[in-house]
Amino acid sequence: MSTDVEVKTLLIDEKEVSARAGQTILEVARENGIRIPTLCHLDGLSDVGACRMCLVEIKGSPKLLPACVATVQEGMEVSTATERLRTHRRMILELLFAERNHICSVCVANGHCELQSLAQEQGVTHVRLPYRNPELGVDASNERFTLDHNRCILCTRCVRVCAEIEGAHVWDVMGRGINSMVISDLHEEWGASSCTRCGKCVQVCPTGALFDKTKVGSDHPKYPDFLPYLNLMREAR
Amino acid sequence: MSKLKLATAWLDGCSGCHMSFLDMDERLLELAELVDLVYSPIVDVKQYPDEVDIALVEGAVSSVDDEKKIRKIRAHTRTLVAMGDCAVTGNVPSMRNPIGPQAILERAYLENVTAQAQIPCMIVPKLLPIVRPIHEFVKVDVFLPGCPPSADTFHAALTALIQGAPLDISALTRFGA
Repeated sequence: MSTDVEVKTLLIDEKEVSARAGQTILEVARENGIRIPTLCHLDGLSDVGACRMCLVEIKGSPKLLPACVATVQEGMEVSTATERLRTHRRMILELLFAERNHICSVCVANGHCELQSLAQEQGVTHVRLPYRNPELGVDASNERFTLDHNRCILCTRCVRVCAEIEGAHVWDVMGRGINSMVISDLHEEWGASSCTRCGKCVQVCPTGALFDKTKVGSDHPKYPDFLPYLNLMREAR
Repeated sequence: MSKLKLATAWLDGCSGCHMSFLDMDERLLELAELVDLVYSPIVDVKQYPDEVDIALVEGAVSSVDDEKKIRKIRAHTRTLVAMGDCAVTGNVPSMRNPIGPQAILERAYLENVTAQAQIPCMIVPKLLPIVRPIHEFVKVDVFLPGCPPSADTFHAALTALIQGAPLDISALTRFGA
């Protein structure tokens, strides 16, 4: 077996870094202490580039690339925190807040929500777009957990953890565009679905869309950091 | 130098922001050295003054009366501060938006009562179809999210506004704080 590793050298925020071929810009940035904000990415799951929070600028390219799926190239010059990117990130967050009914003050995830803390970090003090106020349901049919579509940002972490880690693939996304909805099985009630009640989806959900029924008020920290360890243990077997 | 004129107003909110404002406790005395409170639910002035330097507005715009008030406040205020999540996002009052005012009124005043079922129509102002944050009606100069913003947030923000110093809101507070 060859141990040769193809090395790429590139610039991230004017810092010279080296990487293995095939690594994503996000991985390499993190290895070098450069923080790129993310929302749909989660260590231990595949990446889908859905939320666009991690968009970066590449010198010579008119397009912005999602750092979680874009792989490093030799000689690349990456910028992760330009004013243009900050403007886009704020707008993405505002669009997410406007799209569904995120009422932070009465949300079970208040104080433990990645959408909320990203908004604060990115300096979002208000939403410039009119709120859509959609009428959305809450599925409380599962004996242990609740799905509140009002808080869902369609990051698909639940879909991926259920399919890739639990192996049950209960969750999926129905519909297109603004009408997209997370569903269990073929749009059954969650309680009547093939769900194994493992709760992984709840732990990886970045907002209050999936929560444990025993949690009340805003006392719902989540612990998604079990995933890399679980993967490591499985690979070791 | 004459004191700045400070006003506070209460649209569709729970008054929690005003309570939190009062939680500044002894710091209110320092504040009183720097500003005159010319209009507020906690003082006995009924008419919004012609010239106000800083106005803190609590609550979302939910009724025709709220809309009239916020337009009047804007017209007579130099620096308008959206105080708290209701003013900034619509927050809890906006939870009726997907359902609409008629269904809510019927539920509250017709379906859930045992005597004198009737939807109030005298004196109380007509509800708007959609509850909206104040910046959807008028220009807002400063957004102070939080439910409610803490007393420390009020103190830091007001101190900066009075002194004309820079203000980093996200370092102080957030939605739902």
